[in-house]
Amino acid sequence: MQTTDKNLSRRNFIRLGSMTGAALTIGYAMPGLANEAAEILTAQKAVEKGIELTAWISIDKTGKVTILNHRSEMGQGSFQAVPQMIAEELEISLDNVNIGFAPGHQSKYGSQSTGGSSTVRSAYKTLLRTGATAREMLIQAAAAKWNVKKNESYAENGFVIHKPSGKKFGYGELVEDASKLTPPKDVKLKRREEYKIVGKPLARQDNPNKINGKAEFGLDVKIPGMMYAVVERSPRFRGKVKSFDDSATKKITGVKNVVKVSRPVFAYECEGVAVIADSLWAALEGRKALKVEWDDSAFEHLDTEQLYARMKEDLKKTSLSQRTGGNPEAVFQKSEKKVDAVYETPYESHSCMEPLNCTAHVKGHKVEIWGPIQAPDWIQQDVSSRLKVAPENVTVNMTFLGGGFGRKAFTDYTYEAVLLSKEINAPVQVVWTREDDTTQGPFRPGAVYECKGSLSNGRITSLQAKMAAQNMNHQWSPVPDKTSFNDSDIEGFAASYFDNITNYSFSDVPTESPIPVMWWRSVYSSTNGFAYESFIDELAAAAEKDPLEFRKAHLGGEKGERYIAILEKLGELTNWKDKKKNDGWGVAITECFSSIVGEAVKVSKNSAGKLKIDKVFAVMDCGWYVNPDIIRAQVEGSIVMAYGAAAVHETHFADGKAVETNFHQYKMPRINEIPEIEVHIMDNDEKPGGVGEPGLPPFAPALCNAIFDLTGKRIRKLPFNINEV
Amino acid sequence: MVIHNLIASFTKLFLMASYNLSINGKTYKVEADPKMPLLWVIRELAGLHGTKYGCGMAQCGACTVHLNGNPVRSCTLPVSSAAKQTITTIEGLSDDNTHAVQKAWLAEQVPQCGYCQSGQIMAAAALLKRIPNPTDQDIDNAMVGNICRCGTYPRIRKAIKTAAQMMAKASN
Repeated sequence: MQTTDKNLSRRNFIRLGSMTGAALTIGYAMPGLANEAAEILTAQKAVEKGIELTAWISIDKTGKVTILNHRSEMGQGSFQAVPQMIAEELEISLDNVNIGFAPGHQSKYGSQSTGGSSTVRSAYKTLLRTGATAREMLIQAAAAKWNVKKNESYAENGFVIHKPSGKKFGYGELVEDASKLTPPKDVKLKRREEYKIVGKPLARQDNPNKINGKAEFGLDVKIPGMMYAVVERSPRFRGKVKSFDDSATKKITGVKNVVKVSRPVFAYECEGVAVIADSLWAALEGRKALKVEWDDSAFEHLDTEQLYARMKEDLKKTSLSQRTGGNPEAVFQKSEKKVDAVYETPYESHSCMEPLNCTAHVKGHKVEIWGPIQAPDWIQQDVSSRLKVAPENVTVNMTFLGGGFGRKAFTDYTYEAVLLSKEINAPVQVVWTREDDTTQGPFRPGAVYECKGSLSNGRITSLQAKMAAQNMNHQWSPVPDKTSFNDSDIEGFAASYFDNITNYSFSDVPTESPIPVMWWRSVYSSTNGFAYESFIDELAAAAEKDPLEFRKAHLGGEKGERYIAILEKLGELTNWKDKKKNDGWGVAITECFSSIVGEAVKVSKNSAGKLKIDKVFAVMDCGWYVNPDIIRAQVEGSIVMAYGAAAVHETHFADGKAVETNFHQYKMPRINEIPEIEVHIMDNDEKPGGVGEPGLPPFAPALCNAIFDLTGKRIRKLPFNINEV
Repeated sequence: MVIHNLIASFTKLFLMASYNLSINGKTYKVEADPKMPLLWVIRELAGLHGTKYGCGMAQCGACTVHLNGNPVRSCTLPVSSAAKQTITTIEGLSDDNTHAVQKAWLAEQVPQCGYCQSGQIMAAAALLKRIPNPTDQDIDNAMVGNICRCGTYPRIRKAIKTAAQMMAKASN
């Protein structure tokens, strides 16, 4: 099917729905942000009550259904998952649905910031309920028309059918009557075994336009009268513009303006000089001709070596404890069998395939923004408070995102575009070059971990993990409260370990650095997972236990069922018990964003002695789920990205600047390096967990544990060169 | 004074040239700086947005188009060297998503974010034209220049094999 006409502006959507009888438009009113308590309303009722509706579904008189997706689509599949949930309860086929993006509006849509693998798990109940409510109203309208009892009728595939007579109405024939009804409360939701759409690997509705060039990304936005801007950005993170010479730039045809601009990155302003032109090419050429002098005196110019030396020094300091149980240090001291290890993980760039960009148009007190955006509601608030305009005067229009991974959940690149539009009094598209995107950050913070553990009779008697890393939260203030621990210390660590290891401590020392850092797919779990699951493996080896069995022995107990089931499934998929002596097998299990993932990796060496990853097995437990094929795709992609950060790329710093500028230096995993990946999804009735991120953290430790199994060599520093193992 | 102004306006100008470009069977008459990369000509002057900017230095393949049937990185190819040749972009692969590679891409549900996929598809289509039944090694060689940050590589490999089968069936 074609999705060319699937874009519908919200304005049209609501106008359509507000015309009494012309359509059934249903959604909910948000009392604050509590989704569970949301009141489901028709557009008509909302108009009467004078409240604005968070509209999700609109059915017009022709029976055409439109569903709004309130989350960003950056590849993770919200564009499919949200309609798939609504369609299930509404009893329609997804093939006849138009899907639109809801623009950013927090008071209407609740949190739209798409991160933390949260779309399904935060909204599934409300979305199911909204679909079911519309369905019940359509059935009620049909029953009234036929003058029959409501329970004699049912809905199926866009029709309400009267069971005894076989009479039926299409939804379009019912919207006029249904729109006048009061939405019933406490509608009955379908049981899971009744699902026809949820839980099925349906093809994504956005994909037909992603194979023919029609999907609109941020860089494809064109606004009448739009100018292009590229910004010569300070190569050092907090550099200020001392002066600039734009005489050569201004000679270039098409260049209209050269202005200083800054963008807020946490508590700091990142400065640059923008070249604004009537074509992108002219702006790019103009930037090349620009000369800027920077003032870099107010902050440190760090090298990677200095930074990691500092983190290691920090490990000697007293740490801030997030979670402690028992008396781990005393147990460790008294123990006869001690293990300790230090792990290092790198800084990373997000490097979305679509470089950052944003289009903005400031018209007096009104602001309109278009772009690849993960946090439309946050951007609305940010622009509103900085520019002192009312939030409802800030419209944030969503495009598809060419990758996000956390970077496009920030507000710096959008505000910069707003400032430039205001300055030139015209719509402007700010385009980041790949070099801007790779060198400017914020980056995933690197981290160094010191792990200590003790063993007795093959069991862990104490476990201590101390992390030295930049604390992202400390960046919000120039003088942060440095006594607050990093609340992500235990992120990624499978929770059931806490029930089986009595003496433990997780703590951190916040490392100081002017390098901007932020969330990167799976956030601290992406580095924590490597340290903790490598260390569990070291403990297993010291205990002379099979690493899979050792994990089972430390993840069982009352709340351990899901963990044991995952490990057993991995054992079954890999035929773990019968693995050959000369094979290299590694396993790891991590938990984040309410999902648990276990992965096993098989490695071997070819005749030339070169290491090869033969296969990766992943078992994902994300509880109740919507689309298994999207889940598999997300786990596959997470593994590829994890492989990149484990063995391919790293952002280095020298003299206060990022060293790698483009893909020739910041290398990416390529198709020839990627092994076969087999993903299994657990079936259970647990609450839904995240899907986009949890597959990432277990890969690096599982790979390194496999290399240990094959070679006896422990890899404790990422990234490593797979050709030199 | 007049001469001075003339010189000034000349230095302000790119050395613009006029080109007749054949893109997807249609002729586009464009005025462009000869060194302007074909990518920007396709996107900004021809208004075809399916071809993507990824790196600007032929490292990622997001800008892959066909020049006389061969895959090229349009981000480093000056427009001057593309004139009088046949250019095909993703928009020209088929009118209705029916090229075997497109069908296979849907069958295997390859795209995630989708940004790199125009380039991936153009590289794969060129591969299959040259080698109708590619081995894994052939696929590696042809696709190693195309980055996908979402990590759709396992599905790309599968889809290329599916497309090869579809094409073989269609020609039988």
